[in-house]
Amino acid sequence: MSIRAENLTYVYGQGTAMEQYALRNVNFEILDGEFVGLIGHTGSGKSTLIQHLNGLIKPTGGTVYYDGVDIHSEGYSLRELRSKVGLVFQYPEHQLFEVDVFSDVCYGPKNLGLTKEETEQRARDALRLVGLEERYWEQSPFELSGGQKRRVAIAGVLAMNPRVLILDEPTAGLDPRGRDEILDEIRELHSERNMSIILVSHSMEDMAKYAGRLMVMNQGEKVFDGSPREVFEHYRELEAIGLAAPEVTYIVHELRDHGVPIGDDITTVEEAQKAILKLLGGGNHD
Amino acid sequence: MGIIKASRLVFDYIKRDEDENIQEVDRAIDHLDVDIEKGSFVAILGHNGSGKSTFAKQINGILTPTEGTVWVSDRSTAEEEAVWEIRKKAGMVFQNPDNQIIGNVVEEDVGFGPENIGVPTEEIWRRVDESLKAVGMTAYRYKSPNKLSGGQKQRVAIAGVMAMRPECIILDEPTAMLDPNGRKEVIRTIGELNRKEGITVLLITHYMEEVIWADRVIVMDDGKLVMDGAPKEIFSQVDQLKQYRLDVPQVTELAHGLRQAGVEIPKGILSRKELLQALLPVFEERFPGQITR
Amino acid sequence: MIRDITLGQYYPVDSVLHRMDPRTKLFGTMVFIISLFLADSVVAYVIATLFLAMAIRISKVPFPFMVRGLKAMVFLLLISVSFNLFLTDGQVLVRLGFLKITREGIRLSCFMGLRLIYLIVGSSIMTLTTTPNQLTDGLEKSLGFLKAVKVPVHEISMMMSIALRFIPILVEETDKIMKAQMARGADFESGNLIQKARSMVPLLVPLFISAFRRATDLAMAMEARCYRGGEGRTKMKPLRYSRRDYAAYGVYGIYLAAMIGVKVLAVPGI
Repeated sequence: MSIRAENLTYVYGQGTAMEQYALRNVNFEILDGEFVGLIGHTGSGKSTLIQHLNGLIKPTGGTVYYDGVDIHSEGYSLRELRSKVGLVFQYPEHQLFEVDVFSDVCYGPKNLGLTKEETEQRARDALRLVGLEERYWEQSPFELSGGQKRRVAIAGVLAMNPRVLILDEPTAGLDPRGRDEILDEIRELHSERNMSIILVSHSMEDMAKYAGRLMVMNQGEKVFDGSPREVFEHYRELEAIGLAAPEVTYIVHELRDHGVPIGDDITTVEEAQKAILKLLGGGNHD
Repeated sequence: MGIIKASRLVFDYIKRDEDENIQEVDRAIDHLDVDIEKGSFVAILGHNGSGKSTFAKQINGILTPTEGTVWVSDRSTAEEEAVWEIRKKAGMVFQNPDNQIIGNVVEEDVGFGPENIGVPTEEIWRRVDESLKAVGMTAYRYKSPNKLSGGQKQRVAIAGVMAMRPECIILDEPTAMLDPNGRKEVIRTIGELNRKEGITVLLITHYMEEVIWADRVIVMDDGKLVMDGAPKEIFSQVDQLKQYRLDVPQVTELAHGLRQAGVEIPKGILSRKELLQALLPVFEERFPGQITR
Repeated sequence: MIRDITLGQYYPVDSVLHRMDPRTKLFGTMVFIISLFLADSVVAYVIATLFLAMAIRISKVPFPFMVRGLKAMVFLLLISVSFNLFLTDGQVLVRLGFLKITREGIRLSCFMGLRLIYLIVGSSIMTLTTTPNQLTDGLEKSLGFLKAVKVPVHEISMMMSIALRFIPILVEETDKIMKAQMARGADFESGNLIQKARSMVPLLVPLFISAFRRATDLAMAMEARCYRGGEGRTKMKPLRYSRRDYAAYGVYGIYLAAMIGVKVLAVPGI
């Protein structure tokens, strides 16, 4: 499995005075089992980009390949593609509509034309995957808490059995605990189900903690692509485009500037703490 | 007594069935006592469902107490005649920027509040000009709100409240739906209003970085006030904050971790600069002559 | 397609028309619509065209933007034009089975087409140059006399203004929900009418829920800003007639007189 974008370009209002590039010659390949973080401020083109990956938007230029096949080639089933590339939109709980949680999760697999047994089996699996207890399954989704609703919505996409899961800011509006729970579950999907994950987020801290690779978008172009370490080394350039590295990166760089021999590849609090304590000789410096 | 005061405040959400029988009582606020000083910048923290938003709605008289009393500049919110007076004095900004802008043009929205309270036309214009200037949105006054970014919309909402000349502003998670740039923009605006115009600010949030500069931080859990103090005091209790399902800024977390491991740095470090100042002497001792100040 | 509807969209530039009192524009639109129904000769349409062209010119709204509203109406336009073209009795020019094109048919369908186009463009000028708030203000003031018979004029106009503000937001939301359901394998295009209607449920339910949530939020925000109906409210932009409005009324008078004159005096057939 791989998703590859080649010279991907998308123009709004092509041929008019208001012509605007949402994407400009974007190239990348995402391989099986990767956990990719996608960063960029509002309007950087990241939302447009992810909608290209499951064929919701047709590029005005360039090509998207899934498993080496152009997804807009003749006879290619976009519906099948969408079952393989699951997309969870921002505030996904806003798309819930069924009378109970279970039926809502069944909607996706039912659309794929699966049998009733298969559909229900998938719904059960998906709900268990997101950790929603069985006692909620018969309830109306609208009576659940914000965090629970969001899980139901994610389960609705997981029930399609995707190989790749794309999530657009899945933690927006949640409190810190809700955020950690959702992100931990996504990590589990990645490590245990071997799903490829593309996570859109504004939080550099979360990115440093979860993603193995970061892609940074600015004004429709991909400006950085690499491990969090490599990308955060460019913290000055990130700032110039309205982004920032995690706070801890700055602390490490400031310490280095003052002559402390600490590594410059630190991106999380744990790493920083370990490195500082090691330098100080196990923490007890007396 | 401060500008806002709550005494033994209790609020229950009551769910009734079709025959008006009480089906379920959910206690959102449980005997809360708070006193907010005029001109201060107070942050209220708490996870979702901790009762902080319910408290905000109490101050503005959108909800009234089940038990106890809330006073806004000496008037109880339970008095029916006082409610408009109170809403004039305590303005409110909500979470979703789209769902609180009424006007189809920025300046018209800012004028909405003053129109409602019967301010004469010329005075409305003066207030709209001043409020837009105070939040730095004068350049956008003829724009449609739909064309603005989230942060800009929130600034318009703040201007709309400012135009009513309130004594305090309550902001209920104003940055929850914004991106980092929008968040910074809104927090900077609120800070300026507090410093320059002397407006009392009550900021409800769960982003810790936003409250470092507050005069006072209140933590709510389960409808109760559980922590109350200066940011330094609150953030030095990292374990307790985590227990209330809250985050700490990375700097604070790192400082806390280092302290626990025996590194000699002070408690309650909030900023990068503070941490650097604290760590450099420690490193100087370990690597004499290598460290520059 | 829904994005193409220009009706109810304000185009923010500064022009004489933009600064005109909304009542003047409302009245002008009414005059224009009435005149279109009076028009039944080439001369009348020429006058109407000149009037419309002048209005477009001074509105400073770019012409392409103005006719964008027509795109959504093409279907309606085609239907009414072809009905007139094929089903009018008279001097037959071409016969296609039971359909026939007559001289009168051509004339009538041309007029009908123009009338519809002018109607849409004419009302677009008003909405493009008047903020929805001004528009509702204008309506509220013009219909103020209805208050005497207990019609809640203020409330109705407030509702209209809010509806107008939320239309673009809800359009965007519809687009988003549609995409989200398509990502879950939804198909909004194929199938017969019943299947199509059923496939709309996953779109409409979330849309309604969201609209209600927004309404609740908005009501709370309005109350928090001391809104309590029209009683005791002042206006930031009170409606006052200025010289240009009186001038406009003068132009309307001349225009209407010309149109009536043409109708009364016109030689039939031109």
